Amino acid sequence: MAAFLQFAFSGLTVGAVYALVALGFTLIYNASDVVNFAQGEFVMLGGMVTVVMLAAGVPLPLAALIAIAVAVGVGIALHRLAIEPARDASPVALIIITIGASILIRGVASIVFDKQFHKLPAFSGDAPIAVLGATILPQSLWVMGGTAAIVVLLYVFLERTILGKAVLATAANRLAAHLVGIDTKLIVTLSFGISAAIGAVAGILVTPITLTNYNIGTLLALKGFAGGMLGGMGNPLGAVLGGLLLGLMEAFGAGYISSTYKDGIAFIVILVVLFVSPRGLLGRRSVERV
Amino acid sequence: MTKLYRTLSFLLAVTACFVWALMGSNALAQTIKIGSSLSVTGPASFLGAPEEKTLRLYVDKINASGGVLGRKLQLIVYDDGGDPNKARTNATRLVEQDKVVVMVGGTTTGATLAMMPIFEDAQIPFVSLAGAIEIIDPVQKYIFKTPHTDRMACEKIFQDMKSRGFTKIGMIAGTDAFGKSMHDQCLKVVGNYGITVLVDESYGAQDSDMTPQLTNIKNTAGIQAVINPGFGQGPAIVTRNYRQIGISVPLYESHGVASKSYIDLAGPAAEGVRLPAAALLVANQLPDNDPQKKVVVAYKTTYEKATGEPVSTFGGHAYDGLNIVVAAIRRGGSADPKKIRDEIEKTSHFIGTGGIVNMSPTDHLGLSLAAFRMLEIKNGDWVLVTATN
Repeated sequence: MAAFLQFAFSGLTVGAVYALVALGFTLIYNASDVVNFAQGEFVMLGGMVTVVMLAAGVPLPLAALIAIAVAVGVGIALHRLAIEPARDASPVALIIITIGASILIRGVASIVFDKQFHKLPAFSGDAPIAVLGATILPQSLWVMGGTAAIVVLLYVFLERTILGKAVLATAANRLAAHLVGIDTKLIVTLSFGISAAIGAVAGILVTPITLTNYNIGTLLALKGFAGGMLGGMGNPLGAVLGGLLLGLMEAFGAGYISSTYKDGIAFIVILVVLFVSPRGLLGRRSVERV
Repeated sequence: MTKLYRTLSFLLAVTACFVWALMGSNALAQTIKIGSSLSVTGPASFLGAPEEKTLRLYVDKINASGGVLGRKLQLIVYDDGGDPNKARTNATRLVEQDKVVVMVGGTTTGATLAMMPIFEDAQIPFVSLAGAIEIIDPVQKYIFKTPHTDRMACEKIFQDMKSRGFTKIGMIAGTDAFGKSMHDQCLKVVGNYGITVLVDESYGAQDSDMTPQLTNIKNTAGIQAVINPGFGQGPAIVTRNYRQIGISVPLYESHGVASKSYIDLAGPAAEGVRLPAAALLVANQLPDNDPQKKVVVAYKTTYEKATGEPVSTFGGHAYDGLNIVVAAIRRGGSADPKKIRDEIEKTSHFIGTGGIVNMSPTDHLGLSLAAFRMLEIKNGDWVLVTATN
């Protein structure tokens, strides 16, 4: 039981980060049909900028805000300077552009910051909390709580505000949204900004546990993408579910089966799910029937 | 009119560049070319960056004091980013285009293994800065290396475990090249010390949480100590998770994390962790009669003064490599690759940062187990564990 709980804590912490990355993927994908592989770089920026600001003597909350602002700036710049000018290109070309952008961001980060790993102090101490024989770090609660808060906020924003409804409308049908007077270009920019902010928050929350350097984004983007596919690309709830499941599968795979094959186990499960249900667990059902 | 002027001045500038480049290459014709491919960027950059700084620093120093055999050294460094394919390309370029006479480099085992055939074929001596024993075992004529092997690290750790009476241990290793190689070497020699590995776990080099694997180790009855072969940030996370889930038996890390950044990243969790490392890390703690003391203190002072960064053993490997090569060129009185190779093989009683080097035709490393010191982390710093316990 203690071991089970320990695996679950591990899986939920790691999975929460995957979930946030997957959520970022989903938002941009919905608004613009682009799978943004620079999503992991937002996580990196969140962590790294906070580390640098903190080292410069800025208090942690302010440092975190600056980091989010920087990530949002980069996200919007990515849209305006790279995606928007190529808007008529095929989705595949756009995806390749985001891969290029992620390499650029990583390269610049390695020069502006450095190539070392860095840590942040935990927000509320390092003393593990004992729960039924297992232990959990206070920071893990921050990660899970932060993820939950973001999901709730995003839900309220999308369902309860005019701007949020405009985002949903654009996701449902860009042309129709445009015709009813929604500035779809602005909405897409907004989606990039929100995605970047979510990524940055994930980076800030998780850095005290996992450490960060300029290069962590690639793997997170892959895992987040896998989580998003598992949950159903385009469904925010699916993204969160998929991310959490991926984290849990890795933890239980490592704990109960074999640590050597834990990534393999997770990906086999994903493949099976996609064979059975190609649109993921909660993916949009195709309504086009002839 | 202005357009014409612009074109003319552009042409002039281009011509000037050419003339300057020609003069430059003439002036450099008499230099001794030392090639290097290092992982200055990429995941192994914390190894490659200090190596590059060390090579540049000491080549400049040697040139400032008159060079070697009256000729200046010319260092040609390419970055392989830790990618063996790129390293191979760099090696070909160094051999065919730059025509180097000797090579000091190869930050990672992967990069070194990829470059070895090129230097062996071209008959140019190659002093590698990477860890794995495969580089020098079996011995190849033109391949040497300066860092301790992972097998020696295992032996040093098991020696220490044995002296503390531990016979049942757990192992958690990274699945990257370093972790995998050391894991296998440890399993090969562990029997010689009467120690059994009861539980054998692994983690990916970029994983961010190892508590599931450590929970399995914790729940294995009879574990007396745990060894963690790995490098990079992985061991720092292992160390943090180790304390988080409250494992109380001693933890041994490898020489792969023998740098201040490990203590920094692992924080208070690193207290009491033991690891084998070169004397360089505890330069100032060495007794005055230690033969290495003078060399390591001098290197540490020079490096830290020039770069403003704390010294690491990895830069030390580059120091050793460069100085073994320079000594070989001086002894042989020639910058001919074959001559240099013969002299490197004759290196004896060379005191470097990694230990005292005595090479032979059957040993292209030349270090004994005594080169490793067992260190323990106390109050956020390395402390030399005396041999008596």
